[in-house]
Amino acid sequence: MTNKRDSIFAAVLLAAAFILVAVLDRVLPATGIIMTVLKKGCIYSLVAVSMNLLNGFTGLFSLGQAGFMLIGGYTYAILTIPPADRASVYQYFDGGIVQFAIPFWAGLIAAGLVAAFLAWLIGLPVLRLKSDYLAIATLGFAEIMRAIFQWDKLGPLTNGSNMLRKYPSFSSLMFPFAVAVICIALIVLLINSTYGRAFKAIRDDEVAAEAMGINLAHHKRMSFCISCFFAGIGGALLAMYQTTIQAMAFKSNMTYEILLIVVIGGLGSVTGSVLATFLFYAASEWWLRFLDSPLMIGSFQVPLLRSGFRKVVFSIVIMLIVLFARKGIMGDRELSLSGLMKLFGRKGKEASANE
Amino acid sequence: MSDTNANVLRLEHVTMQFGGVVAVSDFSMEVNQGEIVALIGPNGAGKTTAFNVITGVYEPTNGTVYFNGEAIVENYPKGKMKKLYLGDSSTICDKVISKTPDKITNLGIARTFQNIRLFKKMTVFENVLIARHMRSKANFMSATFRLNLQEEAENREKTLELLKLVGLDGMKDDLATSLPYGKQRRLEIARALATEPTLLLLDEPAAGMNPQETLELAHFIREIKDRFNLTVFVIEHHMDLVMEISDRIYVLDFGRMIASGTPEEIQNNQHVIDAYLGVQEDE
Repeated sequence: MTNKRDSIFAAVLLAAAFILVAVLDRVLPATGIIMTVLKKGCIYSLVAVSMNLLNGFTGLFSLGQAGFMLIGGYTYAILTIPPADRASVYQYFDGGIVQFAIPFWAGLIAAGLVAAFLAWLIGLPVLRLKSDYLAIATLGFAEIMRAIFQWDKLGPLTNGSNMLRKYPSFSSLMFPFAVAVICIALIVLLINSTYGRAFKAIRDDEVAAEAMGINLAHHKRMSFCISCFFAGIGGALLAMYQTTIQAMAFKSNMTYEILLIVVIGGLGSVTGSVLATFLFYAASEWWLRFLDSPLMIGSFQVPLLRSGFRKVVFSIVIMLIVLFARKGIMGDRELSLSGLMKLFGRKGKEASANE
Repeated sequence: MSDTNANVLRLEHVTMQFGGVVAVSDFSMEVNQGEIVALIGPNGAGKTTAFNVITGVYEPTNGTVYFNGEAIVENYPKGKMKKLYLGDSSTICDKVISKTPDKITNLGIARTFQNIRLFKKMTVFENVLIARHMRSKANFMSATFRLNLQEEAENREKTLELLKLVGLDGMKDDLATSLPYGKQRRLEIARALATEPTLLLLDEPAAGMNPQETLELAHFIREIKDRFNLTVFVIEHHMDLVMEISDRIYVLDFGRMIASGTPEEIQNNQHVIDAYLGVQEDE
């Protein structure tokens, strides 16, 4: 009963969001600050949820997300630059070795598949490790990827340390929003399926999960590959959003940012990750912006407000969140109608009394 | 019942050595179809280690475990262990078979844990439902796109049936860890049954139960044994329970088997009284 009402609620909310996005696309300037926050929010929501699938639902502490985003972004860019523009993009490498282009949607899927394939390869040795060791190994892998993609010898493919550009991108908010919604919906469906339960079982107790007949190696690899598939798509979306892509930008910092979002949102909560992403980018790009510019009240200059102060305040806010809300905004719960009703007012009590 | 003499489980010369510590030494035993066999012994005698060897959690240092006539675990002292090995019969085995626990569960051996290992963040219902995962045929694609609805519904139905059987259907949406101790133990049994085993290993199912609950548990074990056509191998400290339900008993002390036989024989065995029952009377 509750389940059905919750799904209807979610569907209505999604439909409303789609309409809102369509309206925003017409009303807001495409390069405004709000648009930036919303677009980044959509892209990083997807990446954060994919990381949560691994860290929050399967209990594998991986720090390779930036590396797999890099792989996805590059795969997309390399495969979709129109042949006519290749000469100017690969100007130091005689136009590169790839001389065809695939449509953007195929590029997105290819981005995910290549990331997943590399995840499978690296997963064979790495997934035997546990907790911290897995984190170190995946972090190392991401850094190695960054170095390899900047390697001169691979220039004809990756353009070395030069940026890739002129591949198809998007300007509307609707595109990243739709892709993120579809991907996150797929992840949610997976999490609520029998495989998702198996992942959670591994997270809760590996020994018991194995004793219940769950093949640890198989399921861990599966979760890792699926997570990286969506991280790859997220990377491709990011490349589209930026219109240029350069391996240099995919530093471990990016992974930490995503990890932070996942932790703030709550390990094991999809809606938490999405909420936290939007809050995170709204705060860092928009709400706290004013801290960066000096402010004069009459002839009095407000102290401390100068370029870079925003990051100080932001860090303090994050520390406070981690100190006082250790499980993040949502813990491991999901945002749902019945949850909201329990939170606000008597209607929830009545409903739970009836059940 | 044992005239059919079909060994469901047979251990041959199983030795489990952790470095220089011998936890189980040259242990041979068998469990026949339809029997309830108990493994008893003082704390630290190696009972749970024996379970862990059978279920593939540990790789034994030496010895073979057969399940329905098929060797599921086998090892012999090699490498470093060759010098360190303190047990007997080191030349009998010559193969290495080490199936992972999930493969062994798949063959039909299910177990419960001495220190309850439920999935803490999940509900009672989900805890049992997870054990159905292994037997479902859906792959991750068909599961994601909900092409396995019928199978899923069957799994849920079976889960509910099992919960009714252990009397936990009323609290199926509670967190598993919120249950009282005795009910958590019952939940573990329900979860083990959901994997459709033919051999059930119970590791101290009556730990922490009062005499009344222990009595109920004895009835319950008999009931599920008949209902699911199980063979049961149980580790237990409660002598009342052991003497009540077991067909045969094996006694371990410091990793060595010191006696085996029917409950009456064990009760009158001087070795056992010295090693085990005698200690309890002193308390």
